[in-house]
Amino acid sequence: MPSEADFLALGITLKLAVVSTVLLLLLGTPLAWWMARSRSRFKFLVEAVVALPLVLPPTVLGFYLLLALGSNGPIGKLFESLGGSSLAFTFTGLVIGSVIYSLPFVVQPLQDAFQAVGHRPLEVASTLRASPWDRFVSVALPLARPGFLTAAVLGFAHTIGEFGVVLMIGGNIPGETKVASIAIYDHVEMMEYGRAHWLSGGLLLMSFVMLAGVYAMNGRFRMVKS
Amino acid sequence: MSIRAKFDIRRGDFQLKVNLSLPAKGVTALFGPSGSGKTSILRAIAGLDFFEGGELQVGESTWQADSSYKKPHERPVGYVFQEASLFEHLSVAGNLDYGHKRVPKEEKRIPLDSVKELLGITPLLSRMPNELSGGERQRVAIARALSVSPRLLLMDEPLAGLDEKRKQGILPYIESLHRELEIPILYVSHSSDEVARLADHLALVEGGVAEEAGPIQEMLTRLDLPLAQGPEAEALLSATVAEHDDEFHLTYLDSSAGKFTVVRKDLSIGEPVRLRIAAKDVSLTLAPQSDTSILNIFPATVLEMAPLGIAQVTVRLDAGGTPLLARVTKKSVSALGIQEGKEVFAQAKSVALLA
Repeated sequence: MPSEADFLALGITLKLAVVSTVLLLLLGTPLAWWMARSRSRFKFLVEAVVALPLVLPPTVLGFYLLLALGSNGPIGKLFESLGGSSLAFTFTGLVIGSVIYSLPFVVQPLQDAFQAVGHRPLEVASTLRASPWDRFVSVALPLARPGFLTAAVLGFAHTIGEFGVVLMIGGNIPGETKVASIAIYDHVEMMEYGRAHWLSGGLLLMSFVMLAGVYAMNGRFRMVKS
Repeated sequence: MSIRAKFDIRRGDFQLKVNLSLPAKGVTALFGPSGSGKTSILRAIAGLDFFEGGELQVGESTWQADSSYKKPHERPVGYVFQEASLFEHLSVAGNLDYGHKRVPKEEKRIPLDSVKELLGITPLLSRMPNELSGGERQRVAIARALSVSPRLLLMDEPLAGLDEKRKQGILPYIESLHRELEIPILYVSHSSDEVARLADHLALVEGGVAEEAGPIQEMLTRLDLPLAQGPEAEALLSATVAEHDDEFHLTYLDSSAGKFTVVRKDLSIGEPVRLRIAAKDVSLTLAPQSDTSILNIFPATVLEMAPLGIAQVTVRLDAGGTPLLARVTKKSVSALGIQEGKEVFAQAKSVALLA
């Protein structure tokens, strides 16, 4: 049977995934829009940086994040000067790590979706008296809707499945930074296969239900996309 | 009110010098071959593309000058793109409301209901764009452009993507726009059929220049322009339906050139129509012929002549104030003594009625 600690780990995982996904969408949308529309010469550099987490081992990313978030790191120092404490081994630190780690999974589908919308609908909107911001909200966002679903699902799922980065910067503080994937690892280490089963099965089921739900919804929107 | 447009359009190798003065009334066709830059002119007028140093004056207001540039959403235009480009996430009604609700109340001169009625889209309102046929989509696109009560309607080959039957289905709607709403229309086309049917004025876009513009009857028959020199050279006449002949199944039309006879068409008496007469179908005689099968014969005066190839001559005629073109051989010119100012009779072998 799962213990209270297991539920706590599951709860932290969910909370981390929800908070990270919301932040990812908020940050990823303007970034993806810029990447889809910009003709800047330096776009390739931004694209490469955003895609880095795809190729880097999570431990590399985690190592640098640990340095940056700690009391001597730039982000940690900044945060401390604002009256906070060091970010390493905190939930906030985990959120920062997840957002960076999952960024490409959110930005790329959004960028593709915005590119698929193309210039024409926005030009049409401009001849129908819509200002640039108005066009973005009333035309680009709704037309890119399938991309948002994909981005949210990938961002959420990727955060749930995160292990290496969390281990490096979150440590293993029960009730604070111990997420399900690490709890499972601990159970297996201690040969508690029964409890590992409960948590793993729980994550599996949760992920499946979520994906099925989103794809069912996406099916209904496909009409709009075609 | 008129439209003054001056642009120096450059993009890579492409170059187009635009210097046009167009009437802000009726339908003005921007006519020219594909790739001549007609769309670029329309886009510059709508403000979708910016060209440094351009000047655009529409009636009293300046849309572009050295120090000012109105953004596209600040220009009171309606734009119909070549593809309908409907908002796929909105219903037909949603597409129409989109622009309509963004226009200040005092600028709403055209009621949305009359636009819907004019283009026959009331039964389509609840449909989504992907449930419409090509012709219906284009009609909705035209209605949407009108929904903002534009001061100027820009249409970029709105019929280009449609088959002949659909085209014929939409043309009457465009003609009715022209008649029922007092909105000047700039109409881009490379189809001489559409132009002959719709346009009152014509601006020529060819060979990297767009400077010549004028009433269509004049532009079609000006011997110094390529239109009158090509194999398709033709003249356009306005006429009204005078009477029907049930015995011979004919319709008689009155025009300033004289009375025309065409095969009977189901039109009401007094209805204005356009006639199209190809230069190659017009021959000249010195005396009116009575022993001929040709029914349409008019007195005319030779205004001007231009050689065509090595053996032919294009003759510009004045038939009761209407310009007409005839294509004859140099041999006939010499045999009949045709020269400027000569009184002749023009025989039209074939007359196309556009209605």
